[in-house]
Amino acid sequence: MAETDLARTEQVERPLSPHLQVYRPQLTSITSILTRITGNALIVASLLIVWWLLAASTSDAYFALADAVLTSWFGDLVMTLSLWAIWYHYLAGLRHFYFDAGKGLEIETAEKLGWGCIIGSVVLTVITLFLV
Amino acid sequence: MRYLTARKRAEGKGAAGTGTEHFWYMKVSGVGLALIIPIFLVAFGRTLGGDRAEVLQTMSHPAMAILTGLVVFFGLRHFAGGAQTMIEDYTHGATRRALIIAVTVLSYGTIATGLFALAKIAL
Repeated sequence: MAETDLARTEQVERPLSPHLQVYRPQLTSITSILTRITGNALIVASLLIVWWLLAASTSDAYFALADAVLTSWFGDLVMTLSLWAIWYHYLAGLRHFYFDAGKGLEIETAEKLGWGCIIGSVVLTVITLFLV
Repeated sequence: MRYLTARKRAEGKGAAGTGTEHFWYMKVSGVGLALIIPIFLVAFGRTLGGDRAEVLQTMSHPAMAILTGLVVFFGLRHFAGGAQTMIEDYTHGATRRALIIAVTVLSYGTIATGLFALAKIAL
């Protein structure tokens, strides 16, 4: 009988995470959800860059089209926001390694690290824009 | 009838069914990407905006082609891993399975396209 129960567990309705509608926003929760949003949103820039590479490898006409999209004001906006997103995700990822080691989990430290991700990502974005 | 005890089937696998494999892959790919992403951002940022001849010349350099290939492969596999975790958090059943398959297809499809383009440019 235990085996039948095991097979059924998938159909049991389980609560969904993370209960956004009943959760009071805090710096730690916002910086956490931003990690997920930035990480997933980076698929847009990834697809654009791979498309641009494919166009560059194909022909002058195809490259002209892809390059016009990526270097248009809209392309610039997507690329600049993605640059911030990747730096944010980068710093938030480093913070996760620190958390994984069991460190920085006190509320005060976690909030400081959160501000570090927000401010650091903006600073690194500006520095990168100066370098390119 | 399977000649396995329930405990033997469950041991080391946890709720995910694959133990800590997924978690660990995200950590390893995360560290790897952390090492190469800063270089890629500057190198790519300097390449974007040039004409096609300049782009082809930069991208065909072995270091740039290898770096971009690594970023495309591990970036998109890391993406698929993270997107799967998000899907598992918010969806169930058939929707969950369909979305995970879709993300996997998108990830490998984009990797194949990117690596094909890089090979064509660099070789």
